[in-house]
Amino acid sequence: MKYVSKPIRKTDAMALVTGKPVYTNDLAPKDCLIVKVLRSPHANAWVEEIKTGTARQVSGIVAVYTYKDVPQNRFTLAGQTYPELSPYDHLILDRHLRFVGDAVAIVAGENEASVDKALKRIKVKYKVEEPVLDFHKAKDGKVLVHPENDWEAKVPVGADNRRNLCASALEESGDVDKILSECKYTVDETYHTKANQQAMMETFRTYCYMDYFGRLNVVSSTQIPFHVRRILGTALDIPSSKVRVIKPRIGGGFGAKQTSVSEIYPAFVTWKTGRPSKILYSRYESQICSSPRHEMEIRVRVGADEKGIVRAIDVYTLSNAGAYGEHSPTTVGLSGHKSIALYRHTEAYRFAYDVVYTNMQAAGAYRGYGATQGIFAVESAVNELAHKMGMDPVKIRELNMPVQGGPLPAYGDCDTAESCTMDQCMERAKEMMNWDKKYPCRDMGNGKVRGVGVAMAMQGSSIAGVDVGGADMKLNEDGSYTLGLGCADMGTGCDTILAQMAADCMETPMENIVVFGVDTDISPYDSGSYASATTYATGMAVVRACTELRGKICALGAQMLDTEPEKVDFDGEFVYCKDKKVSLKEIAVKGTCGNNQELQVTRTFSSPISPPPFMVGMAEVEVDKETGSAKVVDYVAVVDCGTPINPNLVRVQTEGGIAQGIGMALYEDIQYSDKGAIRNNSFMQYKIPSRLDIGDIRVEICGSYEPSGPFGAKSVGELVIDTPCPAITEAIYNATGVRARELPVTPEKIALGILKKDSEN
Amino acid sequence: MNLSFWLNGEYRHEEVEPDTMLLDFLREKGCYSVKCGCETSNCGLCTVLMDGKPVLSCSVPALRAEGKKIVTLEGMQKEAEEFGSFLADEGAEQCGFCNPGFIMNIFAMEQELSDPTEEEIKEYLAGNLCRCSGFVGQTRSIKKYLEYKKTQKEGAEA
Repeated sequence: MKYVSKPIRKTDAMALVTGKPVYTNDLAPKDCLIVKVLRSPHANAWVEEIKTGTARQVSGIVAVYTYKDVPQNRFTLAGQTYPELSPYDHLILDRHLRFVGDAVAIVAGENEASVDKALKRIKVKYKVEEPVLDFHKAKDGKVLVHPENDWEAKVPVGADNRRNLCASALEESGDVDKILSECKYTVDETYHTKANQQAMMETFRTYCYMDYFGRLNVVSSTQIPFHVRRILGTALDIPSSKVRVIKPRIGGGFGAKQTSVSEIYPAFVTWKTGRPSKILYSRYESQICSSPRHEMEIRVRVGADEKGIVRAIDVYTLSNAGAYGEHSPTTVGLSGHKSIALYRHTEAYRFAYDVVYTNMQAAGAYRGYGATQGIFAVESAVNELAHKMGMDPVKIRELNMPVQGGPLPAYGDCDTAESCTMDQCMERAKEMMNWDKKYPCRDMGNGKVRGVGVAMAMQGSSIAGVDVGGADMKLNEDGSYTLGLGCADMGTGCDTILAQMAADCMETPMENIVVFGVDTDISPYDSGSYASATTYATGMAVVRACTELRGKICALGAQMLDTEPEKVDFDGEFVYCKDKKVSLKEIAVKGTCGNNQELQVTRTFSSPISPPPFMVGMAEVEVDKETGSAKVVDYVAVVDCGTPINPNLVRVQTEGGIAQGIGMALYEDIQYSDKGAIRNNSFMQYKIPSRLDIGDIRVEICGSYEPSGPFGAKSVGELVIDTPCPAITEAIYNATGVRARELPVTPEKIALGILKKDSEN
Repeated sequence: MNLSFWLNGEYRHEEVEPDTMLLDFLREKGCYSVKCGCETSNCGLCTVLMDGKPVLSCSVPALRAEGKKIVTLEGMQKEAEEFGSFLADEGAEQCGFCNPGFIMNIFAMEQELSDPTEEEIKEYLAGNLCRCSGFVGQTRSIKKYLEYKKTQKEGAEA
């Protein structure tokens, strides 16, 4: 293997580091109309009257649209395979405003100043109603977030808009209550994770223009080009064939751009006016009206026998959808499926959930997608269980962790772990952290104490039986290849790793492969870059397309050599048999002259299973006992992602995921006023980690071989955000005795916890 | 209003509105490497050099550039490639959106600090946020780059 498993530089790297104009707003035509949206100041209100006359009179204003102007088809903005599990609860503009920041009107004008002026001139009379801002009180409460009759759940997920329910279900195996009653040790606690912003550096943005066929062209910073195509067709009430979506380079996504947050507004403007238009979300808008992580409250009951074997787990998740249901029925599932499955001896489990609508910012997809919340809860509960038993938290995991060939209770997307090195990950993490020396804590003698904490995690690799990866491999006249992709590189490097795979499959230098993506008119269908699918699913599509193309090259080469295809071989440069050979370049030229055999293959891959990647995370946290301030001084991560296709990119994904997880554990919290307005509406109030907040992050890869994956690979991108929350809170507990069950663990919480403990003693 | 200044080594006379910020003005003039990541001077994406000192162009009125030398990454392509190759070898450029501002600030740091420690590097660059890399890959690349520059300098002196 020349390229797979090598730390290859990203193929777009030099364009990025030299600041080339490759992102949406760098490419937008200069004559774009500027599009902005008037945002609701109320959490629950109806537009009684809206006057736009004086706004339209502002010089430079081209259009002002209200709820009266838009199609009345409900849709979901969630980037999911049709029929989406997310309810159809959205209109482009609605009379009913469901959170502070909801869209009231769209203004388009020649420049920003005139648009800003017009926004101020729109006069709205609101009928303000009481909002539901406490997600505990939403289910069957008197305030309905979606009272409308045309609300629709396309798939039965236990949703009922008359009960503020976006989804609800119960999954059970065995008699949980009976087994828990038999367990010598049990824990029954509730854990609360908050909404978090993905805070990718490039905010949401889209530009649109009409082409010479009268079609709507949409260039957008998105993870889901093909879903955007469908969503816009539905939202604008036009055939999707009229929509073309192009993805340039993207400045980060992390799931935020798995929801079609910004596309509908300029798409509507351009479709109506025929003029190019663009929208650039401000950071303020990205904070208050986008698609953050679901706030969840998770009750965990877990029981173990006297030896430390975990026998039963009961998880109930209450998830806060916010005002719209994008990704809400699906994220919640991961909170149970990917947490319970970490304990292989589980004889009985129960996983129940309610996902409720509230008049808060609608949540969406964020790296980890519910697993992050569930793993925080279950891993914390198991840590608490270990302390109850007087057992090392590493030990209880060694006894119960997933093993290769072993079961994955409650997981559902494959019965056994065909590839799993969790045991080796734990062993290596222990060595790297020097766990036995450092557990539980060390007093540093200066008022500071350092504790260590551990957690395990798993995720999936694509959505089993749903996600489709696509690859198109073409031999060009000059002997180079074009690899057409429909997945969306958002900075992660998938365009590079897929080219690595293709280069090894074709035995050709990587420079000989041109990667193209994404244009929904040209690219092969791909569900998009989410659900940890790209390396695994699109990777397999690449392998399939290459294998088939090799066959075609051999066939044409054999024909040129006057022999049978079975008698020839291909080494990347020549098709040859015993004494004759013909070069790839000659075959390529032949492909363009008197040829009836296309040297191009499009292949698709969808997996009936979703093989989980695994990891162990260990945190060393220093706590100041006086102030309660906590800093992660060292983080050790050992990852089983199957075969690492590009070890550099695996490492940087892991480092980045852990830093985001540190933010979630210690700093990040979307807070609301009692009227439902978001307090943290800029980077001033919403603190993401800076480089001063990050100590060491040490990553090692402990690979396995996943038989169903390309070159044995599984996913890595989402998995790596799952361990910091439970590992850090456990380290803080070991340092101070303060158990944080609500995130983020701020210095106040720690200091007050220490005071409370001191006063009790 | 009239504005005369140097942009990437070229003396320019431009018309500019008094309320135009340097960030928007530079992008209008084709310096697309200058990015906007927030509106509150928190992210560092819009960092450019003004008379050799790093400034956040989102918070500097364009007219402040009067008589000054403004340098963006467009004016330091060779240097960007040089440092950028170290960043790329760590895979730490990732989405790339924060890279130009971050790299401009590294060039400013090189001018201001000689032989900085890791802590000094982190402090100097604290205002440059990155959401992809977790920073540690960036730090590795900076250390390797500074080491390389040092060896180069020593080689030249020897």
